Amino acid sequence: MQAVDDIKPCYPLFGEPDYQASLKNKRDVFEERHPPEKVQEVFLWTTTAEYQELNFKREALTVDPAKACQPLGAVLCALGFEKTLPYVHGSQGCVSYFRTYFNRHFKEPICCVSDSMTEDAAVFGGQKNMFDGLENARAIYKPEMIAVSTTCMAEVIGDDLNAFINNAKKEGHVPADFPVPFAHTPSFVGSHVTGWDNMFEGIMRSFTLNHMADKTPGQNGKLNFVPGFETYLGNFRVIKRMMAEMDIEATLLSDPTEVLDTPADGEFRMYAGGTTQDEIKDAPNAISTILLQPFQLDKTKKLVENTWNHEVPKLNIPMGVDWTDDFLMKVSELTGKPIPESLAKERGRLVDLMSDSHAWLHGKKFALYGDPDFVMGMVKILFECGAEPTHVVSHNGSKRWLKTMEKMLSESPFGVNAKAWTGLDLWHLRSLCFTDKPDFLIGNSYGKFIQRDTLHKGKEFEVPLIRIGFPLFDRHHLHRQTTIGYEGAMQVVTTLVNAVLERLDQETMGMGTTDYNFDLVR
Amino acid sequence: MAKLRQAAIYGKGGIGKSTTTQNLVAALAEIGKKVMIVGCDPKADSTRLILHSKAQNSVMGLAAEAGSVEDLELEDVMSVGYGGIKCVESGGPEPGVGCAGRGVITAINFLEEEGAYDEDLEFVFYDVLGDVVCGGFAMPIRENKAQEIYIVCSGEMMAMYAANNIAKGIVKYANSGGVRLAGLICNSRNTDREDELIMALAAKLGTQMIHFIPRHNIVQHAEIRRMTVIEYDPTAPQADEYRTLAKKIVDNKNFVIPTPVTMDELEELLMEFGILEADDESIIGKTAAQLAAEQAEALAAA
Repeated sequence: MQAVDDIKPCYPLFGEPDYQASLKNKRDVFEERHPPEKVQEVFLWTTTAEYQELNFKREALTVDPAKACQPLGAVLCALGFEKTLPYVHGSQGCVSYFRTYFNRHFKEPICCVSDSMTEDAAVFGGQKNMFDGLENARAIYKPEMIAVSTTCMAEVIGDDLNAFINNAKKEGHVPADFPVPFAHTPSFVGSHVTGWDNMFEGIMRSFTLNHMADKTPGQNGKLNFVPGFETYLGNFRVIKRMMAEMDIEATLLSDPTEVLDTPADGEFRMYAGGTTQDEIKDAPNAISTILLQPFQLDKTKKLVENTWNHEVPKLNIPMGVDWTDDFLMKVSELTGKPIPESLAKERGRLVDLMSDSHAWLHGKKFALYGDPDFVMGMVKILFECGAEPTHVVSHNGSKRWLKTMEKMLSESPFGVNAKAWTGLDLWHLRSLCFTDKPDFLIGNSYGKFIQRDTLHKGKEFEVPLIRIGFPLFDRHHLHRQTTIGYEGAMQVVTTLVNAVLERLDQETMGMGTTDYNFDLVR
Repeated sequence: MAKLRQAAIYGKGGIGKSTTTQNLVAALAEIGKKVMIVGCDPKADSTRLILHSKAQNSVMGLAAEAGSVEDLELEDVMSVGYGGIKCVESGGPEPGVGCAGRGVITAINFLEEEGAYDEDLEFVFYDVLGDVVCGGFAMPIRENKAQEIYIVCSGEMMAMYAANNIAKGIVKYANSGGVRLAGLICNSRNTDREDELIMALAAKLGTQMIHFIPRHNIVQHAEIRRMTVIEYDPTAPQADEYRTLAKKIVDNKNFVIPTPVTMDELEELLMEFGILEADDESIIGKTAAQLAAEQAEALAAA
C-alpha cells in the first residue's frame, strides 16, 4: 500500500504482495488470457525466420514506425528562427502531439499553436480558423513571424494556405507586411524530415523569392549552413565553433539552440535566439549554402540553386574523420581561409581516440536505424573503427538514399555482409535482430522494446540498445551532445566503446564462472 | 520559353466538358501548340479521345498499385496522344469511398515535382469534375496554377445554375489571387434562343460567351471511335467550330472577376426567355385533394 511519507512509483509498488494479488485476480477473473505456455509459444514463433518471412510480406500495416510526420519537422524548423511562432493549421490534438514529443526529448517547454479546426471547419474549410488564429496568436504571443504548416485534416479538405493568408492580410487580421511564411505538410506523405524541408523552403521563399534583384552570391562573404531536421544541439554549436576557429562568418539557417535550451533563472523565455529575418534576407548574398543533411533537403536544394543561384557543394553529412575532412576542406576552398591548427589538433585527438578504442570495436556487429543522413554517417564512423553494420534501416530513406547506401556498404570490407533497407519499421527490425543477431542496436528510445523482446528469449539473444538518434525520451540530456565534426565523432565513439565495455562487464561478472575476464583495465 | 497558359474547364456534370476540352485541345495541337490535358475527375475519362483508349492509367490508380505516389515516375502516368498532346489523369476512388479531392491535389503536386510542366509547354487544360465541391477540386485554380477558367454550359436551367455557382467559387479565389473567369463556352442542346440566353447570362456574370458550339451528330460518331472530330474528319464543319474556339482562346484577353447573380435574378432571366414560369404562390404546398376541394368550392360559389 502507498503511505504518504513513502510514496513509491509503479516500480517497485506493483511488485508488492497486495498489488500482485490484485493483478492476479484481474487476470484470472476478467482477462480471459491464453495460458502462459501458449503466449510463450507464439512469442517464440515471432522470433523465427518463418515468421520473418510473413512479417516482411506485410502491406497495409506499420508497427512501430521509425519516423514521425511532416508537421513535426515543420515545427522544429520554425523554432529555429528569431521570435517565430510555429502555427499549425489543423486539429488541436496533432499540435499537442508535436509539443509533447519535443517536451519529452528536450525537457523544455515548446511553444506552438494550432487553429483548432473542428467538425464545422472540416465541412466549410478552415479559412475562418486561420483568420481568428493568426489575429489571436499575434495579439497574445507577440511573435515577429508566424510560420504556418498543416495537419492531415486541412490537407484532405484541400485548404489553400496561400489564399487564406492573403485574405487574412487583406481583411486586416494581420498587417500586410507581417511575415507569415507557409508550407503544406500533409502527414500522410514523406516524414518529419520532408516537413522540415518544406517549411524551410517556405520561409526562405517568402523572404527572398521576390527580392533577388540586389542579391549576388558572395556579396557578404559569409557561408550558409542548413541543418535539416537536427535535434543534437551540440551539432549547431560545433558548426559555430569550427567556423569561428576558421574565422568564417557563418549563418546557421534555423538555429533552435537557445529556445530548446533555456536556463532556469526565473525568467520564462517564449522566444530565445534563432536566425534573424535580416540574416534570412541576406542569405542569398552568401558565398554558398552547405546542406548538412543532403538526403533530406530536396526542395531546399532546388530553391538555393535556382533562386539564390548558389552552387551547392556535394558533401556528405560531416560525421566521422573522412567526411569532416571533406567538409572542412570544402569550407576552406570556398572561403579561402586555411584550416587552423586547432582543428588539425582536434582531428589528431579523434584519430588517437579511435586507435585507443578500435580493438574493442573492430568486428563488433551493429544494426542501426534512423533518419537517412544520420544512419549513413553512423555507418561511416563504424567503418572507420572497423565495426560491422548488419542491417541499416531508414524508414524514411528515399530510393536515391538506398542506392547510395548499398554502394557504400558494398565498397567496404566491413560492409559487404550488411543490408540497407528503406520503408522498414521497428517490427521488421525486431525480426532481423532475432534471425541475424547483431551485437548491438543503435537508434532512438523505441529500440528498448527490441532489447526487451530479445532478452525475453534468453540472455544470449539479447541485443542491447545504444541510444543515438531521435527521439530519446528515456535518457536525460543526450540531446545536448554532438554527433558531427571531429567533436561529434569523439562523443559517438566514446558512447559506442563504453557500451561494448559495459556489456562485457555484465557478461564477465559471474563470480568464479566468467570473472576470469572481469578486468579492471580495458 | 513561351509563357505557359493554364486553363481550367468547369461545368455541370454531363454537359460535355471532356468532349469539348479534347476537341479544343486537338485544334490547338493542329496549329502546332504544345498542350497538356490534366483530367481532374475520378472517372478518368478526360483523355480517351486523344489517346484512343478506354481509360488511361491514372496517377492515383497506379499509386494505389505501387503502394505510394513516391514510387511512381512521370513516364508511368503521362501518355502522349494525337498531335503530341500530353495526357494525365489524376484518377481517384470508386464512388462512395475515400476522397477524390485529395486525389486531385496529390496528382497535381506529383506533376509539379516530377517536372511535367516543362519549358516547351504552352497550354495546360484541367478538365475538372462537375462543380467545385471541395478544396481539392479547386486545386487547379490555386495561385500559380490555372489563371483562366472557362465554364461549359448550355441553355438548360440546371447548366446555368451550375455556371453561376462555379462563378461564386471563382470569386473566392479571384479575390486572393490571379485566377479569372475567361468566358462561357456554350455547348448547344438546341434549346430556343440558346445563344442569346447564354450571352445574357455571360453579360450578367461580367464575362463573354466565347463561342457557341452547335450540336452535331458527328461529335458522337467521332466519340464512338474514341477520336476527336478534328482527327476523325478534319474537313467537317464541326471541326471548324472547335478551331474557331481554339483561336478565340489563344487570342482571349477578356479575363474578369465574375459577378455572380442571386437566385432570383437568375430565375428572372430564365423567365424572360420562357424557360421558367412565374411561381404561383397560391398553389405552393397544397395537395391534389386540397386543390380539388378548392376548385369544387369555387365552382359551387359560381
